[in-house]
Amino acid sequence: MKGNEAIAEAAIRAGCLHFFGYPITPQSEIPEYLSRRLPELGGCYVQSESEVATSHMIYGAAGVGTKVMTSSSSPGISLMAEGISYLAGAELPVVIVNIMRAGPGLGGILPAQSDYAQTTRGMAHGDFRLIALAPASVQEAVDLTILAFDLAEKYRTPVILAGDGVIGQMMEPVVLPETTVGPPLKADDWALTGCVGRKPRKVSSMFLDPDELNAHNFKLKARFAEIARNETRFEAYACDEPLDLLVTSFGISARICRSAVDAARSEGLKVGLFRPITISPFPMDALREIIGRSQRVLDVEMNTGQMLHDVEMAAQGRCPIDFFGRCGGLIPSAEGILEQIRASLAQLPKGGVP
Amino acid sequence: MNKVFSYADALIRKPFHYCPGCTHGTIHRLIAEVIDELGIRERVVGISPVGCSVFILDYLRCDMFQASHGRAPAVATGAKRCRPDLVVFTYQGDGDLAAIGTSEIVHAANRGERITVFFVNNAVYGMTGGQMAPTSVPGQRTTTTPHGRNTETDGYPVNMSEVLAALHTPAYIARVSMHAPKEIIAARHVVKKAFEHQLAGRCFSFVEFLSTCPTNWGMTPVESLRWLEKEMLPYFPLGEIKVPPADDKGGKTP
Repeated sequence: MKGNEAIAEAAIRAGCLHFFGYPITPQSEIPEYLSRRLPELGGCYVQSESEVATSHMIYGAAGVGTKVMTSSSSPGISLMAEGISYLAGAELPVVIVNIMRAGPGLGGILPAQSDYAQTTRGMAHGDFRLIALAPASVQEAVDLTILAFDLAEKYRTPVILAGDGVIGQMMEPVVLPETTVGPPLKADDWALTGCVGRKPRKVSSMFLDPDELNAHNFKLKARFAEIARNETRFEAYACDEPLDLLVTSFGISARICRSAVDAARSEGLKVGLFRPITISPFPMDALREIIGRSQRVLDVEMNTGQMLHDVEMAAQGRCPIDFFGRCGGLIPSAEGILEQIRASLAQLPKGGVP
Repeated sequence: MNKVFSYADALIRKPFHYCPGCTHGTIHRLIAEVIDELGIRERVVGISPVGCSVFILDYLRCDMFQASHGRAPAVATGAKRCRPDLVVFTYQGDGDLAAIGTSEIVHAANRGERITVFFVNNAVYGMTGGQMAPTSVPGQRTTTTPHGRNTETDGYPVNMSEVLAALHTPAYIARVSMHAPKEIIAARHVVKKAFEHQLAGRCFSFVEFLSTCPTNWGMTPVESLRWLEKEMLPYFPLGEIKVPPADDKGGKTP
């Protein structure tokens, strides 16, 4: 299946029958697919007037206890920032897919990983962090879409599926869950469903009392810390032995790095690959441990160096970090990365490190 | 003895905190009374976005959303599409609905969302301290139009009811005023009709209330009622501006 369509079908298999969205390249196959499928399943597809409106439509949908998703691409996600902040403040479970393209501004429509910093630092005004999952294949996009709905429900938070134009557009074989339509959202104890036989409820991000807002924000922080303890995911590939070079990368660029690492290892070079799957919360401890037994790090991204700051934080200055980035829609080749791997290794002191 | 007047059941029993002479409290009460009369309190979900209007969520005894400035019609769209059995309304001020939220209100109306919108127009930004609103009248002095609204640079007040009535889809659009008891009684009938259209499954109903803001207008409550009548009515004519065609039997009601 094409990545975008696989994500759309995975959402249905996760039990999402309601979608609100606005067309933007390179993710439009998601709304197109769901506009066809959801009405026949008794759900709804609504084409909004803007991404601003979309972000508030999903606020309304989740607030009445509905499993709901939207999708967009970088400039559209910026427009959703307002709603995302309200969703976070009001603790509403939604899934937001960002099939990233090259920026800033209008940028271009080609694939990029330009929104790492935006995605992992809360995405909008206020003081909060969100879960963000970065798939490196169409199969993983399916699996992480389903996981995104689970995590959103479990922790009552928006979850971002941070793909890119390659993931959205490429076709790969996928295995979908057998369930044709997953269960509805469990929200009996907080959703606005009409106050039959109970006290009225509010869905709100408004706390005019500073003590209450202080407490609310620290509650959200504590929840994110719990998420970091329980849900952090990463792939450490060929990282068991001490390494001369650790390559760090996420999403589709990590997939390409893997080919380069395989090629390097076949030459006898001691190279491994670390790939965060949850880019937020970032697997800081796991990366720090592996960096602790690596001589040097090469960070590879399809931007000018955004995850690089998290890698630097994990390294705490203990080893040199090189960066190789391509952006604007350029995709690094495995050969290009292999060249960088050799160049990084050439920086190591001759005869190894004492 | 006959009970001739009581608190609406849908209204939480506490004093309104609004400024003296503000008509929010009266409009809240009208909505609450109609909710009671229609017996829909336990089906209602209200949406109150930023501005003084947001505080309706502290006064109505039903499920309530707080929403972002201008986006209540989008929130209502999400809620109603997912739970068509609920009775969904928004309660929005003029800065909210006629400026920052014009996109959301126009498109919710045009899609024919089966929601009811209550639009409180007092020709000024209240909560932020009396700045020019899209509905401020020509010559009106505000904190951002110290010499009066200049139509050369600020244009004329936005007639939201007429703007929305120009669309094909919306079912019911009416403008009422809060400046006299007679008008308030008429407003109650209009609120009821608006909810009834939603209950009948007819699309989008909209009520614009002309209201006051004595604090930011710098007037006494009585003066502001007179000012509303004299200065606002010429720009905002009252009445039912759009009604459903006689053959609109409504949609399937859940």
